[in-house]
Amino acid sequence: MTTVESAIGTTKTMVLNMGPQHPSTHGVLRVLLELDGENVMSAVPDLGYLHTGIEKSCEDKTYSQAITLTDRMDYLNPLGNNLVYCLAVEKLLNLEVPKRAQYIRVMMVELQRISSHLVWLGTHALDMGAMSVMLYCFREREEILKIFERFAGQRMMTSYIRIGGVALQPPTGWRDQVKRFVDMMPARVDEYEALLTENRIWQGRLKGVGYLPPETLVAYSTTGPGLRASGVAFDNRKAFPYSSYEEFDFEVPTRTESDCYARYLVRVAEIRESIKIVRQAVDKITDEGPIKSEAPGIIPPEREKMKTEMEALIYHFKIFTEGFSPPPGEAYVAVESPRGELGCFIASDGSPKPLRVHFRSPSFVNLQALPRMVEGQLIADTVACIGTIDIVLGEVDR
Amino acid sequence: MTQLANADASVVVEQLRSWKADAVTQVVEHRGQTTIVVPRGLLRAVAQQCRDNPELKFNLLSDATCVDRFPVEPRFELNYSLVSIPRQTRIRLRTAVSAQQPTIESLVPVWPGANWLEREIFDLFGIRFEGHPDLRRILLPDAFEGFPLRRDFPVEGKR
Repeated sequence: MTTVESAIGTTKTMVLNMGPQHPSTHGVLRVLLELDGENVMSAVPDLGYLHTGIEKSCEDKTYSQAITLTDRMDYLNPLGNNLVYCLAVEKLLNLEVPKRAQYIRVMMVELQRISSHLVWLGTHALDMGAMSVMLYCFREREEILKIFERFAGQRMMTSYIRIGGVALQPPTGWRDQVKRFVDMMPARVDEYEALLTENRIWQGRLKGVGYLPPETLVAYSTTGPGLRASGVAFDNRKAFPYSSYEEFDFEVPTRTESDCYARYLVRVAEIRESIKIVRQAVDKITDEGPIKSEAPGIIPPEREKMKTEMEALIYHFKIFTEGFSPPPGEAYVAVESPRGELGCFIASDGSPKPLRVHFRSPSFVNLQALPRMVEGQLIADTVACIGTIDIVLGEVDR
Repeated sequence: MTQLANADASVVVEQLRSWKADAVTQVVEHRGQTTIVVPRGLLRAVAQQCRDNPELKFNLLSDATCVDRFPVEPRFELNYSLVSIPRQTRIRLRTAVSAQQPTIESLVPVWPGANWLEREIFDLFGIRFEGHPDLRRILLPDAFEGFPLRRDFPVEGKR
């Protein structure tokens, strides 16, 4: 790939490494760029710097134990990872989750979506040079992390969504806290838009950059805001609703220009839609009610029952020592993560540990389109394109 | 032809069987999801049918993955999840590959998005995809020896 010696007067290209240590690759991503001056002749991503063998580790753990591993893949969307894995296990078990738990799941996952898009916007703007936006986005994200901490005890790797429902009852005063957040948020999103949307520099750097036609995006299996910004209105929450999404009223924003600027507009619109969903969820979640299904032998009994009833004690013991065994078979469940279609394929062989767990990660698949997006453009546009695909390396490498 | 719980899956099976009688060896239904088992030699042709047949229109290859059923033969089960965006349906294609000959036709000519998905299966399971434009490891270092996600590879790794 390198061309080195040459006669005087001919153009030679240089191969440079972008990454794996680089502030703009958003993680440990290495891209080999073959450059002719500042023009990118070819770009070859090199992955695996964050590969930790999550899928193999899941095979060595019981179904409940594997939930904590899922948090750590797409680390900006841990609740979404928990959700897709739990939905797949529940599908294998044919387990129904109570409505109240489903609404709590939806609220948490949409808050997670807002927080993920805030990180995306902050880092993307920082790459383009708009540094203040980064601080404003992270200020709002703090409020979401505080909500997660009150609900689950953890800011990021919550493991809050469990098989059969959620881990804990919502804390006292949660309704006021979440309402305060959704009341404050739309004005903040207006602030970001006021700084960026009509900004000449922002438009100059993003309009027309990283264009790919919708047929190419579908052929390259791109999903998520990248696909919706090209006009294809495919969103798993609408196309294949899960976890009570069919009961919520929200739009799926699309654009047609399919460049970095269009993807920016789609994601900001998605933040607004997620705020709407959270508001509806707050109204739907009742003060009292179940947070998990009733499934003795699969879902652990409440601690009080475990301490007083013999049967509950035995179930508790069996679940935490041996685990439960879904009948043999396979299931694939897909949810809409902030990055696209996040899928979980589980194969069960009838034992308490999964035979195979595979995560279809949107960042991994969407990143395939990067060379197409970037070849023929400038290095600075490469930074914009990597940002616009919105990758999280934990999910790319697993 | 029995009616499947997933009504659209019946349409897919019917279309494939009317295109080629032996295209579908088995139809597996589990938890409302349908898997169509195809013979190994017909995989790419069936995939092309799924994409191009106007009754099917599976334009998005959502996921390609492998399950190692060691020590049962054929050992490697390849599963392809397809989505038809215009018809809003999903289906799964499955084929099996043995340990003695772990090769299969690549689906990159049908869906370019299969590129990295197949590289990952090659990297972690050791299955060679014939016709793949750039078959090399993707997650593990190039010099790595072995295929970690095979069931006979220990989870702690080899020394």
